[in-house]
Amino acid sequence: MAEEHVAPPVRRGLGGWLLIAMPYIWLLIFFLAPFLIVFKISLSQVAIAIPPYVPTFDLSEGWQAFADGLSELSLENYVWLTEDALYWRSYLSSVTIAAVSTFLTLLIGYPIAYAMARAPQALRPTLLMLVILPFWTSFLIRVYAWIGILKNEGLLNQLLLSLGLIDEPLVILNTNIAVYIGIVYSYLPFLVLPLYASLERLDGSLLEAAEDLGCPPWKAFWKITVPLSLPGIIAGCFLVFIPAVGEFVIPDLLGGSNTLMIGKTLWVEFFNNRDWPVSSAVAVILLLILVIPIVLFQNQQQKMSEKEG
Amino acid sequence: MPWENPDHPPFIEFRNVTKKFGDFTAVKNLSLKIYEKEFFALLGGSGCGKTTLMRMLAGFETPTSGQIFLDGQDLAGIPPYRRPSNMMFQSYALFPHMSVEKNIAFGLKQDKMPTSEVEARVAEMLQLTKLEQFAKRKPHQLSGGQRQRVALARSLAKRPKVLLLDEPLGALDRKLREETQFELMNLQEELKMTFLIVTHDQEEAMTVADRIAVMDKGELVQVATPAEIYEAPNCKFVADFIGDVNLIEAKVTEKTDALTRMTSVVDGFALECDQATDASVGETVWYAIRPEKVRIAEGNVEPGVVNHIGGVVWDIAYLGDVSIIHAKVGEDDHDTLRSTFANVSRIVEKPITWDDNVVLTFDRDAGVILRG
Repeated sequence: MAEEHVAPPVRRGLGGWLLIAMPYIWLLIFFLAPFLIVFKISLSQVAIAIPPYVPTFDLSEGWQAFADGLSELSLENYVWLTEDALYWRSYLSSVTIAAVSTFLTLLIGYPIAYAMARAPQALRPTLLMLVILPFWTSFLIRVYAWIGILKNEGLLNQLLLSLGLIDEPLVILNTNIAVYIGIVYSYLPFLVLPLYASLERLDGSLLEAAEDLGCPPWKAFWKITVPLSLPGIIAGCFLVFIPAVGEFVIPDLLGGSNTLMIGKTLWVEFFNNRDWPVSSAVAVILLLILVIPIVLFQNQQQKMSEKEG
Repeated sequence: MPWENPDHPPFIEFRNVTKKFGDFTAVKNLSLKIYEKEFFALLGGSGCGKTTLMRMLAGFETPTSGQIFLDGQDLAGIPPYRRPSNMMFQSYALFPHMSVEKNIAFGLKQDKMPTSEVEARVAEMLQLTKLEQFAKRKPHQLSGGQRQRVALARSLAKRPKVLLLDEPLGALDRKLREETQFELMNLQEELKMTFLIVTHDQEEAMTVADRIAVMDKGELVQVATPAEIYEAPNCKFVADFIGDVNLIEAKVTEKTDALTRMTSVVDGFALECDQATDASVGETVWYAIRPEKVRIAEGNVEPGVVNHIGGVVWDIAYLGDVSIIHAKVGEDDHDTLRSTFANVSRIVEKPITWDDNVVLTFDRDAGVILRG
């Protein structure tokens, strides 16, 4: 009788509770508290002051002042975001650029991960090391290096010109193409690693069984390998898509003046316009845009594991 | 029996097949004929080349040299997905993301079989393997025995010309394995298909197979029926590998067409066998005799009587159904002969026990003479 086998209540000492509370305390201090502060600023009004918004809460002024401050908060900044086309166009453009780059990263990353997983056992740690190796150089320097490669008189154009493939330099730098190249290059390892992990676990005899049952290898790839590596594909795509949506450095350095991404919009709002409340509202909306697909994904995962369990 | 007729066309033929992996030769210039509707077993220890031989037939390995024929067709250059054989893998290799019925239907769908026929065949296979109630389950929701049956159903679904079974019962416990062996035999008779099984378990091979090929170091040592392999092994390796055996080193003293007389090299007792031998007088041979053919009784032996050996009980193993007695027949503690007998009644009046003087006897036709 399963019902009768209720586990006896576990007696936890203070240490036990502390251990369980640790991740929650961490999230509280480094995620929830900053988020609430940003959320509060997004409901404030811009002001010429330090800090540059009102109201500011100071509990020493008593509860009445606190209540007055609360009544001053409003959703005005969010309304403003819907009124200026710049904002929703930035969001849309960011999501599009991130989605296209994620797809391109998957196209390039899948063969790499597949080849690594099929490489001789002895070679795999080396290949893994090579994938991680770029992280040893600063991200900023690596993105700067692409300027040298992509600019009109850069390495790529010089190579193509000397090969006679083109007559005049290609304009790549300061276009969306350069942004795609930058994102794909920077985030490739984040897709390759989880994908490699799921492909490496794949039992080779499954492919032999498929072939034995009359399935040619290319078809077995779609019927066996891809479905079984789906968790790796999804995890990898999220790891690329989420940071790519909010990316600032790559569009700022490689993109042009007409490359619209939310990270840049936020920067301008915060540093150039010194409008902390609006930039906070931009950040809160960005968070919502990113949280929704993650929640959907988590739900999906849960359903899958329930179905299997 | 087809193998007794040299003109009978083989269904599967390995012709001078060699397979090398780098410096290692897994299969050495091997020739073998397997006939239609035969249940054939490849038996040998690990690394003897039996699995490589089967994988070459399935198309997963290419022979370094030699040819393989199936139903008259040379299989060279034909990829695994076009070969008319199906394999049941040792690990079962069930597709984890597909339900039981989808696993079984997988091969049929590759052949573009109409959906209604696929469904009918899947239902038939589920019934054959008693898996009807598990059709919608995923492999990880099944027990080991059920998974084994799914793997079997999947490999049988396409009605292959040959079913290849790679250690199919290795992961099952003893009881289930014995049951499944009989199910396999019945299935093979019912479907009238050619089965080729690879196993390291001699009991399994003896139970299911019509003929057994014993392999060692990439070569065939003996190809014969289970009874022949057991009763008339052609060398010391086979005699020792299959079942339990007493091997006595003996010198030929006298030989005729119907009789060979020998003397044990170590202890000097006389042996007589109704078998003719190629060995010349004075040559040393091995006399092999199964323990169940050695009778044991209390008493002392008269010296000089043929196939009568005196000994002292050294060790007794009571296994329930049978007892094994190790009788010391020489000076050395390890110089023993084994005798097995069935415990036909519950109570034995005066059982043979440790340090008893016993006589070991056997008939002229009980043992075989082996060279090398």
